[in-house]
Amino acid sequence: MTSPVLAVSDLRAYYRTSAFGVQREVRAVDDVSLAIQPGEIYGLAGESSSGKTTLIKTIANAIQPPLQVLAGSVLFDFAGQRFDIHALRPRELAAIRWKHLSYIMQGSMNVLNPVRRVRQTFVDFAFRHIGRPLPEFLDVVRQHLQRLHLEPQVLEAYPHQLSGGMRQRVTIALATVCRPQFIIADEPTTALDVVVQKGVLGMIHEVQRALGSSILFVTHDMAVHANLSDRLGIMYAGRIVEEGRTADVFRAPRHPYTTHLIGSLPHLGDAAPKQGLPGAPPNLADPPPGCRFHPRCPRASDLCRRDVPALETDASGHRVACFHPATESVAESIS
Amino acid sequence: MKTYPTYILTRLGQFVLVVFIGINIAFIVTHSTPIDPVEQSIAAATQYGSTSPEAIALMRQSLKELYGLQGGLADQYFAFWRRILLGDFGPSLSAFPTPVSVLVGRALPWTAGLLLSSTLLTWVLGNLLGGLAGYYRQSRALRFAGILAMAFHPIPYYVVAFVLLIVFGYLWPILPLSGGYGMNMTRALSWGFIGSVALHSILPVLSLALVGLGGWFMGMRSLVSNIVTEDYVAYAELGGVKRSRILASYVMRNALVPQVTGLAMSLGAIFNGAIITEQVFGYPGVGTLLVSAVYAGDYSLVLGITTVSIVAVSLAVLLIDLCYPLIDPRVRAR
Amino acid sequence: MGRTLLDLLRFNRQFASGAALLLIVAAYACLSFFSPYAPNDTYVAPPDVPPDWTYLMGTTSRGQDLFWLLSFAIRNTLAFGLAVAVLSRLLALAIGLVAGYSGGLLDRALMSLNDTFIVIPLFPILVLFYFVMRDRMSWGLLALMMACLGWAYDARLIRSVAMSLRHREFTETGIFSGMSMRQILVEEHLPYVLPIVFSTTMNNINWSIGLEVTLSVLGFTDINTPTIGVLLYWANQHTALVSGIWWWIFFPVLLVVMTFIGLFLLAVSMNEYIDPRSRLGRRAP
Repeated sequence: MTSPVLAVSDLRAYYRTSAFGVQREVRAVDDVSLAIQPGEIYGLAGESSSGKTTLIKTIANAIQPPLQVLAGSVLFDFAGQRFDIHALRPRELAAIRWKHLSYIMQGSMNVLNPVRRVRQTFVDFAFRHIGRPLPEFLDVVRQHLQRLHLEPQVLEAYPHQLSGGMRQRVTIALATVCRPQFIIADEPTTALDVVVQKGVLGMIHEVQRALGSSILFVTHDMAVHANLSDRLGIMYAGRIVEEGRTADVFRAPRHPYTTHLIGSLPHLGDAAPKQGLPGAPPNLADPPPGCRFHPRCPRASDLCRRDVPALETDASGHRVACFHPATESVAESIS
Repeated sequence: MKTYPTYILTRLGQFVLVVFIGINIAFIVTHSTPIDPVEQSIAAATQYGSTSPEAIALMRQSLKELYGLQGGLADQYFAFWRRILLGDFGPSLSAFPTPVSVLVGRALPWTAGLLLSSTLLTWVLGNLLGGLAGYYRQSRALRFAGILAMAFHPIPYYVVAFVLLIVFGYLWPILPLSGGYGMNMTRALSWGFIGSVALHSILPVLSLALVGLGGWFMGMRSLVSNIVTEDYVAYAELGGVKRSRILASYVMRNALVPQVTGLAMSLGAIFNGAIITEQVFGYPGVGTLLVSAVYAGDYSLVLGITTVSIVAVSLAVLLIDLCYPLIDPRVRAR
Repeated sequence: MGRTLLDLLRFNRQFASGAALLLIVAAYACLSFFSPYAPNDTYVAPPDVPPDWTYLMGTTSRGQDLFWLLSFAIRNTLAFGLAVAVLSRLLALAIGLVAGYSGGLLDRALMSLNDTFIVIPLFPILVLFYFVMRDRMSWGLLALMMACLGWAYDARLIRSVAMSLRHREFTETGIFSGMSMRQILVEEHLPYVLPIVFSTTMNNINWSIGLEVTLSVLGFTDINTPTIGVLLYWANQHTALVSGIWWWIFFPVLLVVMTFIGLFLLAVSMNEYIDPRSRLGRRAP
């Protein structure tokens, strides 16, 4: 096995606030470990407030108070060099950003500076990494845009002159122009309508294959994961509860929460209405003891209410954190 | 969203409307008095010394038209407008027979210069400091600057100018207090004259700036502290864009857009302040002229200054409005 | 609203100090009701006495006890500011609420008018007004005139709040249950704009007092009703500064500056309370 491009181990990141003298702690990311291989698309799934966004903020080192990293490490391996992203000085961090590590953000509507032409944004983000005089740099950008089937004229447009889908495509071009080894994509298709979404996903897949980058792809939309990711991690209440090859997870989910997520996908020929999951995700300021899923779990036992299940790895590399994981037949019967 | 020509047309329409309503207010105000203004003005203007009967007849004619007292109300109204559109306010009563337009034309550059320099200084400095204060919230020096700017802000122009006059006139007399240039100077394009003009403008500009700074400072600070939470700022930070570049091109640049609109909106109030400040420091601009015209009972001059002020301020606002699309590529209706 | 004010008083230092300043000024203005002299009495005290225990703030060159005279002046000045604020509030509320509620052409027309009044330089017009009124100029007339000219800025703010209320559920419920526009505006929307009306009132009082002081100092008002500006006018007439009668200038300026800063602090802290975005900014510094 090659060494992973990203290795997160035992990461713990909490929001710590004190208002009117009352300390509050929101355990948004609790003991998360994961590894992403070169050239891999790693999908991260989970409902809103499961800690996905906090996890990628921590991985990208976009940490602002009250968010604090309490334990664990985030190690990147770029071109044989190791970077502990939380130990880097601002200057070193800026040198990595966009050259090796880039970002496609949620809410593509407002990620481009509204009062500047798109060209200016490309210059701001990428010029210093390409290391060529400005006219040559712009040629590089134009070629890149053409490779992604975008008109070079978009460079002269202001963001408000582009449609939502177009803006998202431009953002993808922006994130890939420096050929980074690692791209974090945070709900890049959520705000788009289905047809545009398909095009944008195709574009991400294409550019990923061309560059050989790794992508950490975050979305709550399981259908998108089914089409795009190589491996899939499921997050619930600040923890990863299951992880495995996407095909395996969909074919034979082991954790009851995963089972539910996949079961909620529509299938052609469905007759019975979908069952909702009772209850709400836990308040991370005061999570339940033991397994955080137990109040909503059909298989919960006393053990689940008392102890935290560890994330166990089986022979095939599939990981699950459950005392009563499903066997394939059980999973079939539920979904 | 509007296209550029539509935008320009709307702004031009607004300009015409401002002038139209402003002049109408002036017309209504002059007609709201129950006393006979013509005879009163003439009596006031001619009470000292002897004025020739022909001169008085000329004054009466011009005043009657200006007050709009000849013919029916409609005739009066149109005669009033004709005078204003031609810029012909007749001879000044207190400086007879110099035309009002000459007097106003002589004073206007001083006021324009004072306004331009003080507003530019105040706006640029206030936005710069306010922007920095919004971005570097922890800085003690900037917080202190904020408190200082806010302390002066609510005090009216007159009081600040007056206090400066006391401080620099009686307690620590280092600056010239009155006039636009030294008494013994000849008006010529020499370094000495320019220096004298600059020296004389320090106190008026300072009092306008002290009052004005706080508003821009606070406005910019709150704009910036909102803009730093926008997606495009967060994205630029993730992109490793230089901090100075983010501050200038992303944060400040976007916050500037509403501040330009704000400048257009507050130009009228700034003009009021300039007029008052001029009077305190005897600056040879429109404000001093206006006050002395009132004291001299010179109706033509007062009316002339009022209408010219309305037109000049709305023209300045129109200019800012026309420049606005340069700042905001989106050019949308306010 | 009452609880909001109480909370602000307890937790917001700016608000509390503003309120304290105004309370001092108001209490002093109330002293005028116990004055041993009538407001326009002159030569009831020896002229030009510096502050001492008999005459706390000294006396003027016109033989007035400044302590009592100033209490009248600040009372009239405050009353003037309040009168302008109340009158212009009525205009600003009516125009802002109607424009925000109705939208469309009426909104555009009203806002055009509104922007016109924002742009027009008011000071020359007020001077022109004084010029044609002369001796007939009175305190009330000036207040009315200023109210007619000074509503525009606040009408714009009120309109922006009213616009956001237009599509709220309770407005539609009101429409469907057959309420008239007047009923909806007065019964449903008014409570929502009250906080912003409060903060703009403070700013408006500041604005009108500032203009009143300026006009009075120049002698462009009724100079027989003592206000802060009129007091300074007489001080200037008697060249108080040159003759070293500093207290005649100092105490009125001190008092009016206290008023300005007090009102301003109330307006700023109230504004911060109203604007949820600035509150957000405070929470995550």
